[in-house]
Amino acid sequence: MTDQPTTPEETPEVEPIPDPEGPTEIIETDYQIGQDNVASRFVLEFDVHQPVFTVSALVIVAFTFLTMAFQTELEPAFTGLRDWLTGNLGWFFLLSGNVFVLLCLGLIVSPLGRVRLGGPGATPDYGYVGWFSMLFAAGMGIGLMFYGVSEPMSHFSTAFGGVSVGEDGLRTDWAPLGGAEGDADEAVRLGMAATIFHWGLHPWAIYAIVALALALFSYNKGLPLTLRSCFYPILGERVWGWPGHVIDILAIFATIFGLATSLGIGAQQAAAGLGFLFGLGTGSGMLVFLIVFITAIAIVSILRGLDGGVKVLSEINMGLAALLLLFVIAVGPTVAILTGFFDNLLAYGQYLPALSMPFGRDDANFAAGWTAFYWAWWISWSPFVGMFIARVSRGRTVREFLVAVLIVPSVLSVLWMTALGGTAIAQVLQDGFTGAQDAALELKLFQMLTQLPLTAITSLIGIVLVVVFFVTSSDSGSLVIDTIAAGGKVNAPVPQRVFWATFEGLVAVALLLGGGLAALQAMAVSTGLPFTLVLLAACWAIVKGLMAEPRPG
Amino acid sequence: MYKKILVPVDLAHLDRLDRALTVAADLARHWGATVVYAGVGGTAPGPEAPTPEAYAARLHDFAAAQAAQRGIATASHPVISHDAAVEANRLLLQAIDRTGADLVVMATHAPSLLDWVFASHGGYLAEHAPVSVMLVR
Repeated sequence: MTDQPTTPEETPEVEPIPDPEGPTEIIETDYQIGQDNVASRFVLEFDVHQPVFTVSALVIVAFTFLTMAFQTELEPAFTGLRDWLTGNLGWFFLLSGNVFVLLCLGLIVSPLGRVRLGGPGATPDYGYVGWFSMLFAAGMGIGLMFYGVSEPMSHFSTAFGGVSVGEDGLRTDWAPLGGAEGDADEAVRLGMAATIFHWGLHPWAIYAIVALALALFSYNKGLPLTLRSCFYPILGERVWGWPGHVIDILAIFATIFGLATSLGIGAQQAAAGLGFLFGLGTGSGMLVFLIVFITAIAIVSILRGLDGGVKVLSEINMGLAALLLLFVIAVGPTVAILTGFFDNLLAYGQYLPALSMPFGRDDANFAAGWTAFYWAWWISWSPFVGMFIARVSRGRTVREFLVAVLIVPSVLSVLWMTALGGTAIAQVLQDGFTGAQDAALELKLFQMLTQLPLTAITSLIGIVLVVVFFVTSSDSGSLVIDTIAAGGKVNAPVPQRVFWATFEGLVAVALLLGGGLAALQAMAVSTGLPFTLVLLAACWAIVKGLMAEPRPG
Repeated sequence: MYKKILVPVDLAHLDRLDRALTVAADLARHWGATVVYAGVGGTAPGPEAPTPEAYAARLHDFAAAQAAQRGIATASHPVISHDAAVEANRLLLQAIDRTGADLVVMATHAPSLLDWVFASHGGYLAEHAPVSVMLVR
């Protein structure tokens, strides 16, 4: 930016206004960002949206205590709610997921893809490397560590086992589609296709919809960077009242409980890895230490800001993950992985229509227990991930944005699943090694690595990856929660972000010691239903919003 | 003695800046210096403005209004950041260099114990700036 001198002799009208970034259709509203905030200096400076902050903080504390106090009563209720939702409304999740994918693919090829987020003259805030790293770390980094080996293995095993029907005529097996009884090659293909289906286009389309809606209504329309803004085309000025408060409170609720349960589960997995590698204990002391340790690093990262913290850590992790991936490809069954990559892509394409079919499914266990559960889980995470993606994607065109958020991570997921899962399955089929197949969920990755050289080093890299992915989640999660709780103000005082990160850590420790992680995870997943409605509305808002934007050639 | 006075401003809290603005204007008249108002705006919509361009325009208008009101030469120096809350200190330091200012006049709050943990913007600039910094409390 350059100085614009304004001497008393000159009138402001003739002064050069800074280069506009191009015309956008700013939405005129009487709402002033921060108008409902309370800002003051009580011990620390703070600036929060009064109803949203107060209600969500109280609800979170109340829920944490209630689930701890009544966990035996509440856990069956919450898991029952989740199972009822995924079982009876599974078709709704699957159908919505397809809508999101089709809209994203449609936007990539349509002229609306030319619209630039932030106006026609906006320039990207981040280069490709930093941008991709952050997208990936926020979107699913941690999940790929846990499920990279275990999910292809599960689907392969159930598909290989074939179909079994209970007395009531319903299938009791968990195989995807019709399974592939006794046919190892086809079972591998079907297992990989099912895994890629859960980690490919659909989850990223869910994130992309939220991110695109937020970025569009914030950067191009000038509304605050918070979930309720996507509803402006539908609710109008009412979004600044209680309908909007409820949307934002739900988003905070889903994000903090998603993060706290993930922190708890992540600590269990990191502890399992450390126990496996160094024989350290996996008791409560170790878990609490890990949560405190991860939260402490997250706070340092928060204080260093977006560029010095999350971005740097995401890039480091991207490098480490790439190293691990290349190592497994190089010393594992190299040719099988490389040909498997294309074969699995084909299998994905071949099975995609059947796997994504919302109605008339025979494989109810798989469609409800796996797919609908995953969709609800991705959707409950979408306010967090979507908002973070929006935060780092200003200056990209819609087409560039969607290709980067939808296609690139999907292809990388295919490669990751093929390399890690494929290697573990090859160990079973070719070497008869069933260590990874039999191991507990959190140990499958490490068991697979024992069959490759340099186990100690690769396992350590695995543990570091798990820990750092949690640091970036905690950091970016705090950033997102703080922005929502401050009514869309992105420059609220930094100590507030530290407060949220600490709060997440405390909730995780409390739940880990007092029990109730599973109950709250079920609760967090249940928020997937209201958010599916939010996302469907966002689809309409995106199209309407994009139509009003200029589309430079 | 001084030719260019940098005055960091927070467009959302202009009411807190009155004393610093008056002091800066008096000094500017005394030395015949130009006052450059520097502000850090976000890429996302904020209470100050809905877009970066609008932020820059508002800072520009603010500088023009100050020039008319106080009879001094002014300029504006908007800086846009995607994480203003954390980056403000560093960007203001950079603004001293970019604008070639030889004096900084800025409003700050009274120090408290917590400044040991989270330093105020004024405290940070006074500690790190290569030029004289006058903090107005």
